Amino acid sequence: MRPIDIITGQMAPLPRANVDTDQIIPAQFLKRVERSGFGPFLFWEWVHDAEGELDPEFVINRPEYADAVVLVSGPNFGSGSSREHAPWALEDRGFRAIIAPSFADIFRGNCHNVGLLPIVLSDDEVTRLTELAENPSNEVEINLSAQSVTSGDLVASFEIDAGVKHRLLNGLDPIALTLAHADEIEAFERSRPTWKPSLSAVPSTEY
Amino acid sequence: MPTPRTLFKKVWDDHVVRSDADGTDLLFVDLHLIHEVTSPQAFEALQLSGRPVHRPDLTLATIDHGVPTADRELGILDPLSKKQIDTLIANCDRTGVELFGIDDPRSGIVHVIGPEQGLTQPGTTIVCGDSHTATHGAFGSLAFGIGTSQVEHVLATQTLPQPKPKSMSITVDGDLPPGVTPKDVILGIIARIGFNGGGGHVIEYRGSVFEQMSMEGRMTVCNMSIEAGARAGLIAPDETTLAYLKGRPYAPTGTDWDEAVDYWRTLSTDPGARFDTEYAIDAADLAPYVSWGTNPSQTVPVTETVPDPSSFSSPLDRDATERALAYMDLDAGTPMTDIDIDVVFLGSCTNARIEDLRAAAAVIEGKQVAGGVRALVVPGSGLVKLQAEEEGLDRIFLAAGFEWRDAGCSMCLAMNPDVLQPGERCASTSNRNFEGRQGREGRTHLVSPVMAAAAAIEGHFVDVREWSR
Repeated sequence: MRPIDIITGQMAPLPRANVDTDQIIPAQFLKRVERSGFGPFLFWEWVHDAEGELDPEFVINRPEYADAVVLVSGPNFGSGSSREHAPWALEDRGFRAIIAPSFADIFRGNCHNVGLLPIVLSDDEVTRLTELAENPSNEVEINLSAQSVTSGDLVASFEIDAGVKHRLLNGLDPIALTLAHADEIEAFERSRPTWKPSLSAVPSTEY
Repeated sequence: MPTPRTLFKKVWDDHVVRSDADGTDLLFVDLHLIHEVTSPQAFEALQLSGRPVHRPDLTLATIDHGVPTADRELGILDPLSKKQIDTLIANCDRTGVELFGIDDPRSGIVHVIGPEQGLTQPGTTIVCGDSHTATHGAFGSLAFGIGTSQVEHVLATQTLPQPKPKSMSITVDGDLPPGVTPKDVILGIIARIGFNGGGGHVIEYRGSVFEQMSMEGRMTVCNMSIEAGARAGLIAPDETTLAYLKGRPYAPTGTDWDEAVDYWRTLSTDPGARFDTEYAIDAADLAPYVSWGTNPSQTVPVTETVPDPSSFSSPLDRDATERALAYMDLDAGTPMTDIDIDVVFLGSCTNARIEDLRAAAAVIEGKQVAGGVRALVVPGSGLVKLQAEEEGLDRIFLAAGFEWRDAGCSMCLAMNPDVLQPGERCASTSNRNFEGRQGREGRTHLVSPVMAAAAAIEGHFVDVREWSR
């Protein structure tokens, strides 16, 4: 995962509440076994109109937003499924951060693992940022070290878990971090009761 | 005297391998359930980094999301689904992870088979790359959905670093009125606390309603915890839990059983333990619910009408309601019982267990599905299907005009051939009514199995409490 520090660029406004994972990427596109290439399916139902043509009005279809790197949206962004395909699709489409008043828990955790930065700002700050984003020539600067978001007259700070921040700033592999404590995992395993569920147990009945 | 602890805190504390200074705990995972959709990239990354599966003995794979539920002798016709399923089979072969294959009667929806096999046990931690993993909390386990990177993390280490969630108590006391089912209890809860009302929390469901509920009902309730945004939901184990578990294939036996039971009996919230957030609901205030919108909190009792967007004070809520009504092709003020349906889907990890099928069959026995309505029954597992057939439920459904299909996730998320056509309206016992969830431009109304069954017969929603035909 590449380290994140400063993200600068254009914002795309999507002022909707409860943007769910099925809207970010519908289930029919989850059949691929690859890790990349999900960008073309991002917001599939909203990108297309009823006839299946590209809807020129939808924000990420508008040529003036072609370079957007930050999505600004409504509360409870990423609600629903655990599909990591949702942050993969956003990342593949060029987004590096999402700013919203709140995020669904699983989605937020998935973003952290993908290297996409989910930033919670207040309702008022998100409203102001959305107004600024309506003008495609406005840019935003996100500074992860300083935990700040700056655009036009808006200067906002955000909270982030210290461990997650360290990991993102340095592009660290969470599995390697955990495996550094393999001895503690082994000690835990040795103390684990034998009656805990295990697939290596012989089933007591056929079904 | 030790500080009183909640059930959630006890299960959490018993799985902490180590604690970091920043408040993150490394949790040991007792059981990792995997399926074909969210695991291939995890296995691939694991292989690329040269890491083995640390505990194949604590991992169980099933194939559920993409399997066809009819004409299985034809094989998997969708080439992408076939590749995904073949990839899981190959990954399990290579790493020694046990897989319940499509032809194994034990296969089925991942959240149905864990409990059925006795693998889902009180006081365990269970994860799966699926947001409905909270289902297993019905047994007093801490169970939650994870993304593919975390699936890889658990495969590699059998642990997961986790920030500590907050705790929430939702107490429902009293007796449920007739016709009000566990599905209605959870829909009523979500309608009250909101689509993200449980965000950042683990919910413990407490009170006489849950004490009196069957394990199937408890699974229905815990399953939809995520639809209120909660990380997990759980219910303290009791005699009902023990009776369900005893004798199941992977449940402990002999002295192991006795030891396990001694531990399980400690798993309840201590008197005086504090929750971060608390709700109390009177069972008498609950009714059979029908969702009208495009998220599971957009729900009303069947006796009410489609709400008016202008009745919402926040502009985002008004906008969301307008968008939902436009998508659902509904007019404000329409009585829910006037809404005609095209399809009935009785299935999913929420409501496809034997008790759900029995309840629906009892409602439709001797009746006929309304003209123009397509009704499907998709049992939650091969074993649920076999049991239903032993009880003759298949004959009741078939005689009434329902399709009797093989197990899988099916039309809950329409990754297999079971898909709504554009504009079709479905009474569904599943868990999500998002736009396009059951097929592009499909319209989903979430209901209980008995409400879905009655709607199949009438062709529109009815209040099952008053319905007789």
